[in-house]
Amino acid sequence: MKKFLINLSLVLLVVVALFGWTMLPWLGALALAVIFAAWLGFSRSGRQTASMTAVGVSTLRQRAGSSSVIVIGIAGVVAVLVALLAMGEGLTATLQSGGRTDTAIVLRGGSAAESASVLVHDDVLAIGQAPGIARDAGGKPLVSAELVVAASVKQQGSDEDANAQLRGVDAEAWALRPGLKIVQGRKFTPGLRELDVGQGAARQFAGMAVGDEVKLGTESWKVVGVFASGDAYDSELWADREAVASAYRRGNSAESVLVKLTGPAAFDSFNAALASDPKLKVEASTTADYFAKQSASLAKTIHIVGLTVGIIMAIGAIFGALNCMFAAVASRAREIATLRAIGFRGAPVVVSVMLETMLLALLGGVLGALIVWLVFNGYTASTLNGLTQVVFRFKVSPQLLWDGLKWALAIGFIGGLFPAVRAARLPVTTALREL
Amino acid sequence: MKYLHLIWAALFRRKTRTFLTLVSIVAAFLLFGLLNSVRMAFSAGDSVDGAGRLIVNSRMSMQQALPESLGARIAAVPGVSAVASANWFGGVYQDPRNQVISFAVSPDYVDLYPELVLPADQRAMWDRTRTGAIVGAALAKKYGWKIGDKIPLQSTIFPSKSSGGNTWTFDIVGIFHARNEQAAGREQMLMFHWKYFDENNAFGSGTVHWYVVKVANPAHADEVAKAIDAISANSDHETKAQTEQAFQASFIKQLVNIGLIVVSIMGAVFFTLLLLTGNTMMQAVRERTSELAVLKTIGFSNRSVQAMVLCESVLLLLLGGLVGLALVSVIVPGIGAASGGMIPVHGVSASTWFLGISLMLAIGVIVGWLPAWRAMRLNIVDALSGR
Repeated sequence: MKKFLINLSLVLLVVVALFGWTMLPWLGALALAVIFAAWLGFSRSGRQTASMTAVGVSTLRQRAGSSSVIVIGIAGVVAVLVALLAMGEGLTATLQSGGRTDTAIVLRGGSAAESASVLVHDDVLAIGQAPGIARDAGGKPLVSAELVVAASVKQQGSDEDANAQLRGVDAEAWALRPGLKIVQGRKFTPGLRELDVGQGAARQFAGMAVGDEVKLGTESWKVVGVFASGDAYDSELWADREAVASAYRRGNSAESVLVKLTGPAAFDSFNAALASDPKLKVEASTTADYFAKQSASLAKTIHIVGLTVGIIMAIGAIFGALNCMFAAVASRAREIATLRAIGFRGAPVVVSVMLETMLLALLGGVLGALIVWLVFNGYTASTLNGLTQVVFRFKVSPQLLWDGLKWALAIGFIGGLFPAVRAARLPVTTALREL
Repeated sequence: MKYLHLIWAALFRRKTRTFLTLVSIVAAFLLFGLLNSVRMAFSAGDSVDGAGRLIVNSRMSMQQALPESLGARIAAVPGVSAVASANWFGGVYQDPRNQVISFAVSPDYVDLYPELVLPADQRAMWDRTRTGAIVGAALAKKYGWKIGDKIPLQSTIFPSKSSGGNTWTFDIVGIFHARNEQAAGREQMLMFHWKYFDENNAFGSGTVHWYVVKVANPAHADEVAKAIDAISANSDHETKAQTEQAFQASFIKQLVNIGLIVVSIMGAVFFTLLLLTGNTMMQAVRERTSELAVLKTIGFSNRSVQAMVLCESVLLLLLGGLVGLALVSVIVPGIGAASGGMIPVHGVSASTWFLGISLMLAIGVIVGWLPAWRAMRLNIVDALSGR
């Protein structure tokens, strides 16, 4: 009964500690580490702990096999977890960073995405008249009606088909996206079948170098430039809207209208003006909102998958660590009993075993984080967003690395706690008599 | 077999250690089962039913429409036994987030999918009802639709002439089931008449988005596909005909390289598992040295001692692995349901079981090999004297 109560309280302690630990910012962890180091250095039981840990660590080499199980197991958990979350973060960053609060996108009412929207020519003209739209030096409103088409192209380096997003834009489109820069060649000439390709698309698809001719639809197009923007536009091919509309037989309709507002505050009046026009059935949102909404479900899915895989792997690693530390404690039973017989208290025994496990866990966490950072930071991948490909980079942020280390230490904490308590509770006399 | 109780006793000699190791193995195979099921789900489509079907869509873009008149010309291609057409509809129910996989199809479309079972009377009713729609059982269950219901769907693409907005009204006249597990994903579909779509579509008419072609002999699918593409070559609506399998595979490949992700994760997991169970087995044999020596003393041969240790490690892996996979078969249907058909998983397939059990045997043999070899080479005198 007493044993059961002790175990129950240990489990409760673990739950509380884990909960606190997940909430802890890195400054809190640092403070905790400083307090702990002070205790190790300046109190009597702390110094006992330090010397016991030193003994434990010095015997690690004789237990190389089982210690490496802890290190590698935890490295695996951290590596997989951080890699999956970095994928999600990279994708979200790519899809969202194109959004701004002073640019609005107008779609037909009820449309979830550009490709599902249609705006006729009159709608485009009416939207351009709405209040709150910024004008260029010549007094022309900064409005770009756009059309996206999922164009069939070839994947770079293979004969497989891929869907690229071909965007037909008006001349003002460049001014509407200040983050987008031509890095090679020039902008397309309106009216001609010329393409500017995003740097991601240039890497991903075949025949996208400046000067290449590529067949889109039934026509041949000339690639005249490469642009870079660091967001989802990087995966697109840009051309004149009229040229795209005629090649894909879209008449003079558009799918979306992008407008530059005079400022973020102008959105409400712009939106109200569109809503009050009885001829228009459109919905406007700032591009910041629009892109965030577009990527929300994808980001959530990847996050859940990452956490699920991480948790299952962590359970495996915890039991692996428990196993190894129970074995380590059992093999050192006599040594620990001797120490207790000459006056060492229970607390230093518990803390030193846990410290040893957590040091191994930390080593595993650092190893896993390092591997992911070296291999995956900036790693380029692609996926489908809707019907077309989007190219993105894995983003291994310091926050993710820190999260990975927190997981590692949590696994070490649980994996060390139970063996540590077992070691401290072993009756001295029995342990000493054991061979 | 007669040594089973001996092996069993040896395995549970240290209950805590064996239990802890088992949990790790269970976790590893749980993950394996889940990931492999997802991988299989996304690489599905290589069903027997789909073998004889071609998908013909526009070479320019999947969204590009083809003329409806093309269907008759495709039907005339030698080797084609049936042609049906379908259009995107982009339906949502009540809320933009409730996307319904909905197509406007020609009347014979369902005939090309023998894996979908629609009762004959419901089929006849559908043929008679202009605004009739048939829905998959899973979809009907999700929204509580019953035969006789009148449901409004918003199209994210096509405005309706009759309502003046995006709302289209359908009468549910039939509910179809999937004949086998591979086709279970299709139970999420809603299909209605192309004729209703064409007449009521404010964007004009006479177009379809893709044709489904049944070829008489699946072995000639490639030649038939070439002949179909030749019809429209150099026109303004060039087509691309490919097998249903190739069509689905190109999607999945672009979506994400699931195979690569699964293999890398499982590589990391199984490498750790090798270390872990290997370590456990080494410990188990090391602390039993004297017992093994006694076994040899009373007449067990070197070979049988080796075999017993090897069996012990295989048994350990099998125990944990089977429990893990059994857990997966409990969990997976829940995931399939919770994702609302997004992840089309329904159970642990035979091939996952097969691959899983092969892995258990392989890992069991690998981790058992070294301890078993040591046990075989054990010298009785040295072992008994504790040297």
